[in-house]
Amino acid sequence: MAEPLVLAADLVVAYPRRHNLFAREAAPAPILKGVGIVINRGETVGIVGESGSGKTTLGRALLGLVQPLSGTLAFDGASLIGLDEGALRPLRRRMQMIFQDPMSSLNPRHKIGRILAGPAVLHGMASNRATALGLVAEVLAKVGLPAAAMDRYPHELSGGQRQRVGIARAVILKPDFVVADEIVSGLDVSTQAQVLRMLQDLGREMGLALAFISHDLSVVRSICHRVYVMQEGVVVEEGECAALFAAPEAAYTRQLIDAIPLPVRDPDWLNADRAAFETRSSTAPQAEDIS
Amino acid sequence: MTESLLSVRDLGVSANGRPVLRDVSFELAPGEVHGIVGESGAGKSTIVKLMLGILPRTMEMTRGRVEYRGRDLFALAPAAFRALLGAEIALIPQDPLTALNPGRRIDAQLTDGFRLKRKLPRREADARAIALLEEVHIREPHRVMRAYPHELSGGMRQRVLIAAAFALDPKLVIADEPTTALDVTVQKQILRLIRGMQERHGTAIVFVTHDLGVVAQICDTTSVMYMGKVVEQGPTDRLLTAPAHPYTAALIAANPRYDRPEVGLTPIPARVIERMRAEIAADDSHG
Amino acid sequence: MAEAALVKPLDDPRGERVPVIRRLLRDRKVVVAGGFILFLAILAIFAPLIVPIDPLAQDLSNAEAPPYGFTGAVPDFLLGTDDLGRDVLSRVIFGARIALTVAFVAATLAAALGTTLGLAAGWYGRWIDTIISRLVDIWMAFPAVLLSILLVAILGSGLHSVIAAIVVIDWTRFCRVVRAETMAQARMDYVTAARAIGFRRGAILLKEILPNIVPVLIALLTLEMGIAVIVEAILSFVGLSVSSDTPTWGGMIAQGRQIVHESWWVMSVPLLMLCATVIAFNQLGDGLNRALDPMLRR
Repeated sequence: MAEPLVLAADLVVAYPRRHNLFAREAAPAPILKGVGIVINRGETVGIVGESGSGKTTLGRALLGLVQPLSGTLAFDGASLIGLDEGALRPLRRRMQMIFQDPMSSLNPRHKIGRILAGPAVLHGMASNRATALGLVAEVLAKVGLPAAAMDRYPHELSGGQRQRVGIARAVILKPDFVVADEIVSGLDVSTQAQVLRMLQDLGREMGLALAFISHDLSVVRSICHRVYVMQEGVVVEEGECAALFAAPEAAYTRQLIDAIPLPVRDPDWLNADRAAFETRSSTAPQAEDIS
Repeated sequence: MTESLLSVRDLGVSANGRPVLRDVSFELAPGEVHGIVGESGAGKSTIVKLMLGILPRTMEMTRGRVEYRGRDLFALAPAAFRALLGAEIALIPQDPLTALNPGRRIDAQLTDGFRLKRKLPRREADARAIALLEEVHIREPHRVMRAYPHELSGGMRQRVLIAAAFALDPKLVIADEPTTALDVTVQKQILRLIRGMQERHGTAIVFVTHDLGVVAQICDTTSVMYMGKVVEQGPTDRLLTAPAHPYTAALIAANPRYDRPEVGLTPIPARVIERMRAEIAADDSHG
Repeated sequence: MAEAALVKPLDDPRGERVPVIRRLLRDRKVVVAGGFILFLAILAIFAPLIVPIDPLAQDLSNAEAPPYGFTGAVPDFLLGTDDLGRDVLSRVIFGARIALTVAFVAATLAAALGTTLGLAAGWYGRWIDTIISRLVDIWMAFPAVLLSILLVAILGSGLHSVIAAIVVIDWTRFCRVVRAETMAQARMDYVTAARAIGFRRGAILLKEILPNIVPVLIALLTLEMGIAVIVEAILSFVGLSVSSDTPTWGGMIAQGRQIVHESWWVMSVPLLMLCATVIAFNQLGDGLNRALDPMLRR
């Protein structure tokens, strides 16, 4: 299937100014300044950047949660620009989001069962309570949680468990596309490993296209096919993970990779800012020293 | 033979009867950088709080000794302990946002130490503060002095905090996850700065972090902690390339690496956790 | 996939959770203050059945009799009589009827009005928020007392105008707080998640956001009840409340004030009741706030 699932070009997004009767409508500074991205079915694409890069906004824009000022955005061939909530709703079943902080992304007043059943009921996947509970139990098993979790409130689960619920909520609708926004950033390295393994397994099983937003390049390198590097609202570089990490072209990408401390002592790392990254694998190193 | 600057032996801390630190021991020579690495709940921040004398009221030290320059830290009179803090023992805190008082300008906060501890007059204290800001490579020190914390970026705030930590030429600096809240490019600059300051002032550092990469590049020796227990300890290099304890090995394997995508992201095996639990249970029942 | 050993065990779902009612009953403030108000409410509801003497009955031969235990006391009148020989105790109990009716009705109506507008302003934003916020600002610029007097003049004296006066003035308090809370909740990820799932905006407001605002609302409501009692007392003190036959605490204070040097009990008893009731409402609100909050932000 050649046509990409998500296709965006020249996206410009700015958050609207607060409505003010007497204020002059100055143009707000855009968060995305012309961003394009392509995501194919079943593919895991990384979106990396530091704070202020716009990666979170891009994730929300791809799901139609913020309307761009200009640019094109299509999901499975259908344009999302200018659609109102009513027109977007049927599409929402097919694209979902997982959030960074499961404590704030799960309603603290709702039980897990209700949080998970809600989407299923809304989109007509379950017309009665029994079916809904069945779906909930099924998805809980998929993310490695016991069915008893249904009766709990979010604050009664650990961070890793809450994150699994967040993933469960995203996949219960059996979507085609999921945006994962910094979903392992607050987790211990071991919990992170579990959650990512599970996500990968689920993704393969369900044929999910995944947009993985993160500031952690090492994680992205491990799980993504392709990666987009963002800085201050623009895409600085993009490409296949292996190629990009082996030979990054943009100066910012090189700076980003170079800044990562590897768990093997390197006496040169701290004091030299290498503009090019030397791969430790067998491919020929391309070191360019820029002081 | 250099005498240890800091000597922690068999430290035990409990919260409501539940052990939080179990027989923690480590030594720090003058000028040495010692990393304390572990996941959340390992007890790293408890050690920090203990050494600064700010253990929460629900926790208490049940056993062990902390000796600073040969003297028992907790046998000191409160006034003597307070005299040490800031002057000989300083802190680089984790969150630059909340560590600075949002209602006071930088000059006021930076000169606190000089005016309080060294009793310097205002003009001289200000001059020292400016020199410090230059030492941490802040380009417009006068402007920063007059600024409020919210007007500075995260990286700049952390530089100010580092300046504050080194202000009185301490012998020991406790760095509590100082780069966790920063972007990775800023982190590298800050790490470079900390190492530079450390070398210039000859300070010993206890560097608490969850990041193995940071520990590898900055710390001479490291202690790996799990559930309040020191699992393994030694020169960082050896620890990371030839770990003796399966937990250390598992922790290394769980870390993703951009240069070796095929290793990393391996969840810690259940048998390693079980073995840890068994070890801890055995220690607890003997202790 | 095997359940990882590093996560919190899920074996006992109900073990840690304490039901709301029990948590409320554990808080001393809630129990004492709530108990007092409950007691007062029972007194007020059953007032006609339990008062010893008709509050309107005058017994001039026993005028200004002191309370039980003081010299010159008359056994029938436990808390003494006023200058017209009316029983203070009975009048105070009947006064509680007015006070509590106003408290519950006015506070609830003010809360309903203020909350509705606050939710709308906070959630829908833009021009709705602008209009409602400006309305609140303008409204709060009017002096409250003047507005009350104006209302009573228009509507005529009576319980309905007292309640109307309180609602008309105090809804702004609810509106502001609810608006701020709504906006704070709207920024949370669970609201974005609800939008991403496709819930309708109105449904998100009522089913996702409102439950998280309820604790603040309850605390504010009890506070408002205390305020309502005071406002009623002020209005009846100046004679703008119900007709002068019906006993009210404010009215009793006004009457008692003139003879306070000779017969201090006529003013003191209703004053004490007033203070106790308002303190009780405040403490109840305080206790409720604390008891309900940890459940939310554990």
